[in-house]
Amino acid sequence: MNAVEPKISAPQEKAVGLSITHESAALHVSGAASYIDDLLEMQGTLHAAFGMSTCAHGRILSLNLDAVRMAAGVVSVLTAQDIPGLNDCGPIIHDDPILADGLVQFYGQPIFIVFAESHDAARRAARLAKIEYEALPALLTTAEAVAAESWVLPPVDMHKGDAEAALAAAPLRLKGHARHGGQEHFYLEGQIAYALPRDQDTMHVHSSTQHPTEMQHMVAHMLGWHSHQVSVECRRMGGGFGGKESQSAQIACAAALGVWKTGRPVKLRLDRDDDMTFTGKRHDFDFEWEAGFDQEGRILGLRLQMASRCGFSADLSGPVNDRALCHIDNCYYLDAVAVRSLRCKTHTVSNTAFRGFGGPQGMFAIEYIIDDIARHLGRDPLDVRCLNLYGDSAGDMRVMTPYGAKVEDNVAPAMIEELAASSDYATRRAAIIAFNKTSPVIKRGIALTPLKFGISFNATLYNQAGAVVHVYSDGTVLVSHGGTEMGQGLYTKIQQVVAHELGLSIGTVRLSSTDTSRVPNTSATAASSGADLNGKAAQAAAIKIKQRLTALFAQRHGVPADSVVFADDCVHSGSVRVSFAELVIEAYRARVQLWDSGFYSTPKIHWNKETLQGKPFFYYAYGASCSEVAIDTLTGESKVLRVDILHDVGKSLNPAIDIGQIEGGFIQGMGWLTTEELWFRPEGAQLGRNMTHAPSTYKIPAASDCPPVMNVRLFDNANVEETIHKSKAVGEPPLMLAFSVFFALRDACSAARGSVAPLQAPATAEAILRAIGDMSENTATGRLG
Amino acid sequence: MTQRAIRFWHRGKIVEVSGVSPQRTVLQWLREDQHCTGTKEGCGEGDCGACTVVLGSRDDDAPGGLRLEAVNSCIQLIPTLDGKALFSVEDVKQPNGTLHPVQQAMVECHGSQCGFCTPGFIMSLWAHYENKYEKRDAAPTREQITDTLSGNLCRCTGYRPIIDAAQAAWQKPCVKMSRAPVRTALDELAALPALEYADGNSVNSQTFFAPRSTSELAEIYSARPAARILAGSTDIGLWVTKQLRELGDIIYVGAASDFAQITTNDEWIEIGAGVSLTDAFAALTADEPQWTELAERFASVPIRNAGTLGGNVANGSPIGDSMPALIVLGTQVVLQKGERIREMPLEDLYLGYQKSAMEQGEFVRALRVPCRDPKAMFRTWKISKRRDQDISAVCAAFALTLDVAGTVTTARIAFGGMAATPKRAAAAEAALTGRILSDESICDAMRALASEYQPLADMRASAAYRMQVAQNLLWRLWLDYSSSDVLRVHDVTAEVTA
Repeated sequence: MNAVEPKISAPQEKAVGLSITHESAALHVSGAASYIDDLLEMQGTLHAAFGMSTCAHGRILSLNLDAVRMAAGVVSVLTAQDIPGLNDCGPIIHDDPILADGLVQFYGQPIFIVFAESHDAARRAARLAKIEYEALPALLTTAEAVAAESWVLPPVDMHKGDAEAALAAAPLRLKGHARHGGQEHFYLEGQIAYALPRDQDTMHVHSSTQHPTEMQHMVAHMLGWHSHQVSVECRRMGGGFGGKESQSAQIACAAALGVWKTGRPVKLRLDRDDDMTFTGKRHDFDFEWEAGFDQEGRILGLRLQMASRCGFSADLSGPVNDRALCHIDNCYYLDAVAVRSLRCKTHTVSNTAFRGFGGPQGMFAIEYIIDDIARHLGRDPLDVRCLNLYGDSAGDMRVMTPYGAKVEDNVAPAMIEELAASSDYATRRAAIIAFNKTSPVIKRGIALTPLKFGISFNATLYNQAGAVVHVYSDGTVLVSHGGTEMGQGLYTKIQQVVAHELGLSIGTVRLSSTDTSRVPNTSATAASSGADLNGKAAQAAAIKIKQRLTALFAQRHGVPADSVVFADDCVHSGSVRVSFAELVIEAYRARVQLWDSGFYSTPKIHWNKETLQGKPFFYYAYGASCSEVAIDTLTGESKVLRVDILHDVGKSLNPAIDIGQIEGGFIQGMGWLTTEELWFRPEGAQLGRNMTHAPSTYKIPAASDCPPVMNVRLFDNANVEETIHKSKAVGEPPLMLAFSVFFALRDACSAARGSVAPLQAPATAEAILRAIGDMSENTATGRLG
Repeated sequence: MTQRAIRFWHRGKIVEVSGVSPQRTVLQWLREDQHCTGTKEGCGEGDCGACTVVLGSRDDDAPGGLRLEAVNSCIQLIPTLDGKALFSVEDVKQPNGTLHPVQQAMVECHGSQCGFCTPGFIMSLWAHYENKYEKRDAAPTREQITDTLSGNLCRCTGYRPIIDAAQAAWQKPCVKMSRAPVRTALDELAALPALEYADGNSVNSQTFFAPRSTSELAEIYSARPAARILAGSTDIGLWVTKQLRELGDIIYVGAASDFAQITTNDEWIEIGAGVSLTDAFAALTADEPQWTELAERFASVPIRNAGTLGGNVANGSPIGDSMPALIVLGTQVVLQKGERIREMPLEDLYLGYQKSAMEQGEFVRALRVPCRDPKAMFRTWKISKRRDQDISAVCAAFALTLDVAGTVTTARIAFGGMAATPKRAAAAEAALTGRILSDESICDAMRALASEYQPLADMRASAAYRMQVAQNLLWRLWLDYSSSDVLRVHDVTAEVTA
């Protein structure tokens, strides 16, 4: 393996706040960054593949695996019966079998695992099973599940004020419904685990996971082992986006089961089609609502029902839906609101975490409602958005969220104002309206939408992190922490934080892989919290070491401790200057501890999940975007022509990485709301089969979909809370910048239709054409009568 | 022919491969057999580009006599490399270990996040740089870059920094590969006898033939009519990676140089069935610029480099994008069986869903596309969820000739995605023929479509959408003829740009 170190040798006085390149960038571009499938395989490694159901809902009448067992290269074939401990990989509720046991609940559900001498042999053998089912009625859609009152978790209600009274008293009322689709993560590196036997009934698992600790627990529970028998390691993932938070467990468990059974190393790398078939996706939601508002569009009362397709098991659907509830306000003050959240059980793959984790879903609803109100009133939707914003001054009464927390850091009004000016929104909107009057085929649209996203895990307990900093006697530094690297630049930011604290150049600080045997009891790298939590923990560890070195330096050189500065790879006080490495070896000889751990738990937060009240979020991250689009009213094809983005990352730890998150999140959100469509066979022999199980049929944005004009800026802001260097989390919020694309498309569709277009997401070409309306006189086929 | 090992250029020398299945993919060979793990598997079907490698082949018209093309290694079979050069991401760094300009620019522009797709992007950009770089400050346009990258998906960055990097690479001091040693090695390999390869240990003996001429090809196929003809492997590759099918004997057409010729006379452009889509579209577009949009949107660069027009036609998929246009242009398909050569109108090749008029042992030898008729109005349009690298919901093609009075003298209309085969719209054609082209006659043709197609509903589109769009594309044809309005979103730019 040719390891290439990023060569940044110039001493940096301040590592934090600089646009340092990703710590693995030089490895990425030369193919030298190792992902799990790139690790040298140990002798005797077996390869695994799942056998999957071909029935959406049914009892297994017979399971004949003879041909599988006899196939070339097969070493072992295991079913639910072979699992020594718990047959479950559900992160919260134990309703998620690793292998289906007697009952299959979606098309493609794993039933058995083959272990063979090669990847190819395992895949071939897995297709030879003969399975008979007694088919049971299958519920595929949210609507079917709602009608059948089929839930993975009971309905939840959230109330603020008296919504019914407010609705009754409102001068204007409007009912509506909206829908958006699910979303496949399409991490480029598919799910994979490589489990290795170790001595004395222990095991080491390389898992492409955002949650090594949970993988450790799942494997231990499955085997009936204790946590200290299993270690889980992840150096980097080829993308995660939430899809490797809980979904990596089934893969890690299956590989571990093979190790337990055969005593040989086992690698399980999912084929892309299998991955897309049986790992969970973003929840799709159906919304029904009634809003009461005044003549200007100010919302006075709102009743909203949101039903999510959870799939066959609970997985993370509880917290996803809770976060959706906590984001139905987005940036808007809702005085009286009643929301009912339905968590639908369907016979489809179990949906899971995906960047935003319910937040985008909840926010989609309120954006749709406001857009509807504005269009109903014939007003510019941006004016109605602005009218409904939370207050931004200390004395403002309009600061209370539906879940009982106050919005105390509101910068949305300022950001909208700044973006509306810099994007020339008003002028362009007028130009577009004029254009649409004379353009029969192409219609344009524009929208400017804000976002506010709550930062912290809703469940308070997860808001903790640990790190270990080693200073070796040669003055180099190794940092371990509980966060995982999935491309978001967490390792780079941690490297910056530690280098900054110790006054070192970036190259002196290295990150180890994330390993449950180095830092235990970690939370998932999720909820955008990676840098917030682990950055603080790593900083805390570095500070402890720094304090000891400071004391030694002060004592040796007879200077006051508070005069000691760590910078330029040296330790200074006035004219006294010693290199960091020299001081470190001096400290070692003086028997000073040169390593330490750090711990962080987010302050101020609390949450009552029974009453849905509390202060679940430490602070909010904000953003705003303005998109201009064009649609072809003959075919429904669309194009994003220009986007302007202003996003709030507080004081950025690394502007380049943050902009990368913003742009990447925006494009991913744009994909969700435009071309990415999941399609389950609605009838026939393969009822319920996901037919969009590969990139040939599931279309994420490609390079040519990137808007030709893309102006992205960071909003000049500092976190009002004491976060790591006053920065803000950035992983998830930018996804919701893409609302401006969807609502610009709706703007264009409405122009084409001549009335409010009932556009639903994803706004595929077909959805756009449907929203324009077939019978309109403005359309070609409308002329046919 | 006698059997021999597969030989190709890799990592600075000629390598010999034997003892592996002829169905082993280039990606499996790289990753599993060579532990060259820089090249990644993202999808195993040629759609994501994480596995992109660059192939070098002898071409006297290319710089240094070496043609370099990006392809998807996940669906290419290892014996098809015989006589070629294989470059993977491990080859791109300069000999002294410093990064190549495209790599350095990707680092500096923050073009990688998770990094998993990055080697594939590097290979597409490297091939483009090698082929197109002439001088500093002549960086490719945004459109050239997005076309180059049409076969590479990135889920992290949103592409902007990658597009920037592709341009920034041009600003750096030029670094180009020395092609002479590679060409010399390939010349050496070309002197070897044609490849006949078997792994020597499989139970069902499976032989891979790579004949060097069409006549050899015909001879082998006559002797083994059950053999599988393999061209670009962009479909058959998936039979291997996704359906895990055993292909039996394979006859690879890629080594038959006379099979990959384009010849032109006054009447037609004859495109050999081994001509890549890249080359075929270049020839077609040069003759008739209306091919341009379809040529750009047909699959992706690496698929067009590997796939052939003959393969697209022979495969006969109802959603094959080339056929509607070829059919309306009056293309003749030339078929060969043994020494017998016959030709027929392309539309007659398709009898039903995956049923063709080809006899067992017969293969597509060439396509004869009539040269552009200056009096005809030809258009072909593809409608899909995504602009690039997508499969059509509907693909339409129109060729009308009109007299001076505006009367339609001939009308040829065909659609893909509307029936079990690419199919002409006879009723719509009849509705236009002999009539003045007008909104009225077009509306009649639109109505006629509803009588002659019962399109499918699937994950790409509903039946109703397909029908509506097919009709609307007739309307677009009318507008294109009668007005000067901008008709396609791809041609639109922002109202007021900053």
